[in-house]
This record gives sequence, C-alpha cells and structure tokens, in this order.
Amino acid sequence: MLDNSTLATLQQLCGKENVLTDKADLICYSYDATQRQFLPDVVVHPATVEEISQIMKLANEKAIPVFPRGAGTGFTGGSVPVSGGIVLGLTRFDKILEIDEDNLVATIEPGVVTEEFQKTVEKVGLFYPPDPASLKVSTMGGNVAECAGGPRCVKYGVTKDYILGLEIVTPTGDILRTGGPTMKGVVGYDLTKLICGSEGTLAIITKIIVKLLPKPAAKKTMLVMFSSIDGAAQAVSDIIRGKIIPTTLEFLDARTLECVRNATDLDVPEAAQAVLLIEVDGDPEFLDKQTGRISDIVQPLGVVETRIAETPAESEALWQIRRSVSASLRRVNPKKYNEDICVPRSKVHDMIRKIDQISEKYNIPIVNFGHAGDGNIHVNIMIDDKIPGEEKKAEEAIADVFKGALELGGTMSGEHGVGIMKAPFINLELKDTVVDYMKTIKRALDPNNILNPGKIFPSDK
Amino acid sequence: MAKLKKLEDFRAEIDQCVKCGACRAHCPAFGAEKHEGRVARGKVALADALLKGDVDLEEKFLLDMSQCLLCGSCCAQCPNKVHTEEIVAATRREIAKRKGLSTFGKGVGTILKHQGVMNTLAKAGGAFSKLLFKKIPDQSGLRLRFPAPFIAADRTLPPIAAKPFRERHPEVIPGVAGQPRVLFFTGCGINYMYPDSGEALLKALKFLGVTVLIPQDQVCCGLPAVSAGAADTVESLAADNLAMLRRCEYDYIVTACASCHSGLTQIYPGMGAEFDEFKAKVKDIFVFLVEQGLPEKLAELPKADQPIKVTYHDPCHLRNHGITKEPRAILKALPQVDYVEMENAASCCGLGGTYSVYHYDTSKKIGAKKAASIADSGADLVATDCPGCIMQLQDSINHGGGKQRSVHILDLLADALP
Ligand SMILES: Cc1cc2nc3c(=O)[nH]c(=O)nc-3n(C[C@H](O)[C@H](O)[C@H](O)COP(=O)(O)OP(=O)(O)OC[C@H]3O[C@@H](n4cnc5c(N)ncnc54)[C@H](O)[C@@H]3O)c2cc1C
Ligand code: SF4
Ligand code: SF4
Repeated sequence: MLDNSTLATLQQLCGKENVLTDKADLICYSYDATQRQFLPDVVVHPATVEEISQIMKLANEKAIPVFPRGAGTGFTGGSVPVSGGIVLGLTRFDKILEIDEDNLVATIEPGVVTEEFQKTVEKVGLFYPPDPASLKVSTMGGNVAECAGGPRCVKYGVTKDYILGLEIVTPTGDILRTGGPTMKGVVGYDLTKLICGSEGTLAIITKIIVKLLPKPAAKKTMLVMFSSIDGAAQAVSDIIRGKIIPTTLEFLDARTLECVRNATDLDVPEAAQAVLLIEVDGDPEFLDKQTGRISDIVQPLGVVETRIAETPAESEALWQIRRSVSASLRRVNPKKYNEDICVPRSKVHDMIRKIDQISEKYNIPIVNFGHAGDGNIHVNIMIDDKIPGEEKKAEEAIADVFKGALELGGTMSGEHGVGIMKAPFINLELKDTVVDYMKTIKRALDPNNILNPGKIFPSDK
Repeated sequence: MAKLKKLEDFRAEIDQCVKCGACRAHCPAFGAEKHEGRVARGKVALADALLKGDVDLEEKFLLDMSQCLLCGSCCAQCPNKVHTEEIVAATRREIAKRKGLSTFGKGVGTILKHQGVMNTLAKAGGAFSKLLFKKIPDQSGLRLRFPAPFIAADRTLPPIAAKPFRERHPEVIPGVAGQPRVLFFTGCGINYMYPDSGEALLKALKFLGVTVLIPQDQVCCGLPAVSAGAADTVESLAADNLAMLRRCEYDYIVTACASCHSGLTQIYPGMGAEFDEFKAKVKDIFVFLVEQGLPEKLAELPKADQPIKVTYHDPCHLRNHGITKEPRAILKALPQVDYVEMENAASCCGLGGTYSVYHYDTSKKIGAKKAASIADSGADLVATDCPGCIMQLQDSINHGGGKQRSVHILDLLADALP
C-alpha cells in the first residue's frame, strides 16, 4: 500500500483525476492479453515528460515499483504490476508531433495507436511497415518496447529497423535523448537499439523518431494450397532463393486448416494440408510478373490450388482464411498457450515435424501458423484447463518446443518478448554470462530495481 | 413469464474474454474517454470481479457500468464473440436488484409498462408542443423551453405527434390477394415522434399490395428498460408482446427501428424458446422491401434532374445483425438520391438508451465525430433506419453548427413513390 503523502504528491503532480485508487479502477489496469491479473496500488496517467521524471524520482525515494503500460495487449505480461505499486499509463501521450516529408521522418508520442499512425502517414503517401496483428489497438510505445513485428516484416524488417531516436526517462528520473532524426549516427553506444525491445525495464519512452518509406504503389495477394507441409516449406525456401522477397509469406498448417474448416464455411478443400498466403508489393506492372514467377516456382511442390486476387475485395477474401484462425482455434479447447518461436526459415518444416512429435508425446493438440517468411511460428498449445494435470502437461510441452527451436538454431520468441511468461525459460536460451551481462546493465541503470521489476529475468535466488 | 438471464448465467461467456483488447478499437465509449473501465474488456473484468465478490458496488464500478451504450460494437469485432452489451445489461439488473432501481429506471418502468400513461403523456406533449418546445433557428428540430428531468436543455428533440401513429389506423389495412401479410411492429419512436415515417412505410407496402396489420395491443419492445436495468418492465413488456404476436396472423413481422429489431430478434429470444418462432419471422423493413423486389421497381422511375446528396448511417443494432446492404440498396435505387458513402458509417451515433441521459457530454463527443463524418461526405441528408439514431444525429449536427438534416429512409422512399 502507498502512504498518503505519496498519493498526495502524485495527485499534485498529475492532477487528482489522473491518479486512480478505487478498486474498480485498479481492476481495469491489472491485466494484459496474457489474462494474468495483478492489482496495482495506484494507476497514474501523466501528461508530460517532466511529470514522469518526478514520478520516477519519487518512486526511487519511496522504493515503489513502476510499470509502464501502453494498450495492455502484450502477450507476455510486460505491463502487469506483478508487485503492486504504480501502473504508469501512457495513453495521454497520444500526439503525432511532426511528419517531415522532406526527410521521411516522423516524431510521435508513445501513446499513439499503431494503425492511426500508419493511416496518417499514408495520407501523405508515406509508409510505416511494421504491422503487428494488434495494430488497431497497440501503442507505438508498446511496439518499440517489445520490438513488435508482423507479416510485412519479411520484406521490411521489424520495429527497431524504423526507430532513429527516442526521448526517454531513465529509471532514476533523468530525461534524455538517444539517436536523432538523421539516417546515420555512430557517436557513442547505440542506446536507441538497446531500448527497443527492452520491455519497459530500462527506460520510459516519451517520444519516438520514426523512419518512413514511400508507400508502395500497389500490392497483390495470392493463396497457395499444398498437399503437404513439406511442399509449403520448400516453396518458402525456393521463393526466397528465387530472389523474390514477398511482403508477406504467412503459413497455416494442417491442424489450423482443420480448425478453420470446422469453425467457418470458408472454402478450404480437404486435400489442402498447408497454405501459404503470399503478398507482393511495388509497381503495378511488376506485380503480375512476380505472382507469375511465384506460381511457376511452387508448381512442382504439390500444389492443390492457387488463388490470385484481382481486386481488393478478392484480396480481403483470401486474408479471411488467415484472419479466421484465432477464433477458430477456440473450438478445439478452451485454453490456449500462444508461443511465438522463430527458427531459420529453412528449418520451418523440421520445426513443424518436431512440434507434431511433441503433440503426440503429450497427447495435446498443437496448432501452428505464422510468418513462414521469417521462420516465426505461432505455436498454439490447446488444453482444457478444467482437466486436472493438463496445465502441467502444457508447460512441459512448451519447454520441449523451446528446446526444439533452440536445437535448430532458433529463439524462444520472435516478437512477443519475455515478460513474465517466458522468464522461467530464459536460461534455456541465454548462457549465464549473457544473462549476467544484461543484468549488469539493468542494475547500473536502475539500482533500486524500480522500473518494471520481475520481468525478463527469473527472480533472483 | 419468460425471464431475462441473470449475471451469473453469463459466467461461461465472461470466461471467454481473452483480454486481447481488440474491443478498444471499436468501443465508442472508450473512443470518447480513453479509460479502460469504459471498454468491453474492462467491463467484463469488472463483471467477473463482482461475481467473484472481489469488488463492491462502489461509485467507480457504477460509473463504468453506466458508461456503455449497449451498442454491441465490441462483440461484432470480438474474436470470441463475447456479448459485453448483454453482460453489462445483466450487471445493471444485478445493481438494481441489490440497490433498487434509479429514479430514472423507475420512471422508465412506469411509463413503458402502461400504454395508457404513454398515450396520455404523448397527447399532452402533442397539444402543448408549442409551449414545451422552441424551434431552433436555422436548424432542424426543437429544444425544450423549460428544464425537465433527464433531458438536457440543449438537446434537439423532434415534435411529439398530436395523434400517435397506431391510433390513426385500423388493425388491418388490406392489400392485394396473393401478396404477403405483414405485422408492423411500430415501436415508440414512430408511434409518438416520427409518425410520418410510419405513414411512409404504409405507402411503400401499399405500393407493393402488401396487407398490413397494426395491432393496437403492441407495446414498447423494452429496450430502454433493458438499458435502465429494469428487469420486471422488460419481462412484462415481452409477455404482452408475446400475447399480441400469438393472437395475430401474418407471414412476417416488419420493423423500421433498429432497437425494436434487436428487441424482437435478440433480447426476447435470449429470454426463452417461446420467442424463437417469431424471431424467424422478423424482418427489417428494407430487408423485406429488397426481397419483394422494390429496388428493381424503383429503378424504373424517372431520375430526378437535381438529385439530393444522401449518405447512410448504420444503426449499431442492424449492423450487428449483418443488415447493412439492404438499406443502402433502397437508398441507391431512389430516383431523387445521389448516394455517397461516408467514412465511419458503421460507428455508433452515441445515443445508447440511458447512456445519453446520464452521460450527455460523452454522448455529444461521440456524436460530434459522426457529425464530422457526415459533413466530410458532402451529403445534405443523412438517412438511417432507426428513430433513436435520427434524433441523435440531428442533435449532433446541430451542435456542430451543420445544416444537414437526418431522416428515415422511409421518408425519402415515400417522396419517390407515385
Ligand atoms: C490479438 C493480438 C495480436 C498480436 N499480434 C502481434 C504481432 O503480430 N506481432 C507482435 O509483435 N506482437 C503482437 N501482439 C503483442 C502486442 O500487441 C505487442 O507486444 C504490442 O507491441 C504491445 O503494445 P501495447 O501498447 O499493448 O503495450 P503493453 O502491452 O501495454 O506493454 C508492452 C510492454 O511495453 C512496455 N511499454 C509500453 N509502453 C511503454 C513506453 N512508453 N515506454 C516504455 N515501455 C513501455 C510495457 O511495460 C510492457 O513491458 C499481439 C497481441 C494481441 C493481443
Ligand atoms: S475483444 Fe472480446 S475477447 Fe478481446 S478483450 Fe474485448 S471482449 Fe475480451
Ligand atoms: S456495448 Fe458498445 S459501449 Fe458498451 S462496451 Fe461494447 S462497444 Fe463499448
């Protein structure tokens, strides 16, 4: 519990209406998309960087943990207040400050919603590519903190590839800038990259300088159904070896397709055991050639059917199969563990095979889909948590999946981060020396362990 | 008597919320005030906490639960189809059970349950219309002259009908042999405030030779009472309507009000299986008219030289049921209409039953967005398919200083028909 003088100071700083302590308010800021709940002691919605600086100084003085929060759509519990304290809501930082069309750079605040930013720059013919599936609600601050990725990242890269500079508040309350609006810059350490993906443990982001691209003139969508996952996996390798980098290369495995067939009336033939959703972009005249070449490349690999969209409506119809997945899965079993391992893209079918074996070993359905183009597989372990013992089985299966990915030279998480959900497994992937190196940075910057404690690293024993 | 579900009956549905936050992009209440307590995800978490005894009916809890338009925009986009609008309505009933109904809720109950009271009130309103209301200069609509409970002084209101729609007509208006026989469920909006839209509907059905039934014993669908958490009122209205629907003979039940449509196809069937046979017969008027081939007949009429620019607003309670194409099909087929689609056509107008009574300021914020979209579309008229929306849209336009008018599609249809 916070003492009254701390509360009074917070209220003085940010205004009474921006400091919430009623139970109903605390409940509303206690969770994220992991569905784990931890009640904070107070929710604060600051409006300026100075307010945040003061809050951090106060928090250090009184040893109160602070948990930055964007939209709360994180999949690993990054924003949940595991040890009470302050939830620092950043939604009032919601302004797009500048779009510099001469330099193709924008400056924005972290509470701006990803899609809103994308739509705004697209109005002037510019393009911000990273497209997490949560983009209609996720904040840019959350995207930077998690280094979010999405389907378009095969061609365009992830969030950190677009961040040129930041304004941050350090865990001890200093305000500083990293990087800047130039395309190059090598003076000192690259702090911008360090903060990207640091999951709100090293700094509170208060401004973001973003690199933009010209908006591609057109795009074209195609959907290829294969008679086996091997064919689809081979297709991914062959397309990339053919020097074509599509904007999107999404795959759905046989189990996913079965879920879609059962839950929707979308047309997915029984013979289709794997699907690739492929999108290319660029000059319109160029696109037909590219889809033609892709069709030629995949033809020998057991193609059941190829659909090429000629209109935006047809393209949307093709995406419908991909978009229906999430809801369709729920029919299998009520509880889903959603992991997002990433392997070298040539290893996708080896990984799927391993996962099938794990699924058999534990006798629980595991459904896979994701971004084949960059080897990022969404592994969905589906259990009925009302059956005793199922949760434990799922946890063991998850550990096996992680080990499998690491054996293939992959990683436990391509885009969702570690947070609290993967913290127990971090030693599987990172050597002690690496973890120590990271913790040394964290300790140096946050000596009192105030900013987002309990995340990424397993609790100190 | 069929009963509404209790909050505890929603246990499994509450568990279906995976806290993905997708609703944040679609909830009008959240859009206006970016607080997690306003959005479906927060409300489901609060309902869950109430069921588990983790929270009391504290002030903030009541505020969050009152901050919902029951529009279902969240559910329409929710990956797990969690009906937050039903969960909130059930929570309001639970609140009423524990704390008693609010004064407003009691008022709604008394008025809606007693047809006679409604008629007397309406007639008094009609007769004293000039005394009660003043015309808003240069704009469409009226405003209250005196402060009245629960109605904001700056809200635009339509005049009250001097004679309610249903009292003007016999129970059966015969059509041509071989054509369907439909029951017109008028709803209160058309009966008391927009009777001309009702007349327009009769003209359209007469044009097609359809026999129309206007039972005098139909009552309010009960949606305002759902919003107020007045369970008894909803249940008693549903029972009266059930008796009326059982008594009459017809092929279809048509509505020209999104709220009534949702009352008959969603709220009532949620109360018991006895409503299922009627649910199957309910059709929004434009769905019915499209099925009867009206657009083709309209296409034969000579086009106007100077068509009016008209856009369409999707009432939430039709959009949620997938009724979006038919109203547009009729509008586009009208000879005097130059149809333009506006941005955010499917976003809520901001009325939301008791919402606009308790939260007129936020309601106005939501309405202002809509008014801006209407203005951007360049349309002179915004047409829709729900009296409540028509009132709110006109109010929003007036607050923004716009000159557009909001009308029922039926009004435009009647103008076009010979
Ligand atoms: C349906 C769904 C689909 C998703 N799809 C994808 C996907 O395709 N790709 C992907 O990468 N992710 C995806 N995610 C995960 C999630 O949306 C992303 O991690 C997103 O970046 C989180 O943004 P947020 O604003 O919700 O942040 P939050 O969840 O609020 O916070 C996430 C982390 O960022 C920190 N943080 C937030 N704001 C700041 C700030 N201003 N300064 C410092 N730290 C901050 C928090 O402390 C926390 O550690 C998905 C999630 C859902 C629910
Ligand atoms: S969209 Fe549905 S499941 Fe997701 S948070 Fe909202 S109510 Fe819950
Ligand atoms: S019903 Fe409407 S106002 Fe209520 S939570 Fe859902 S979207 Fe928001």
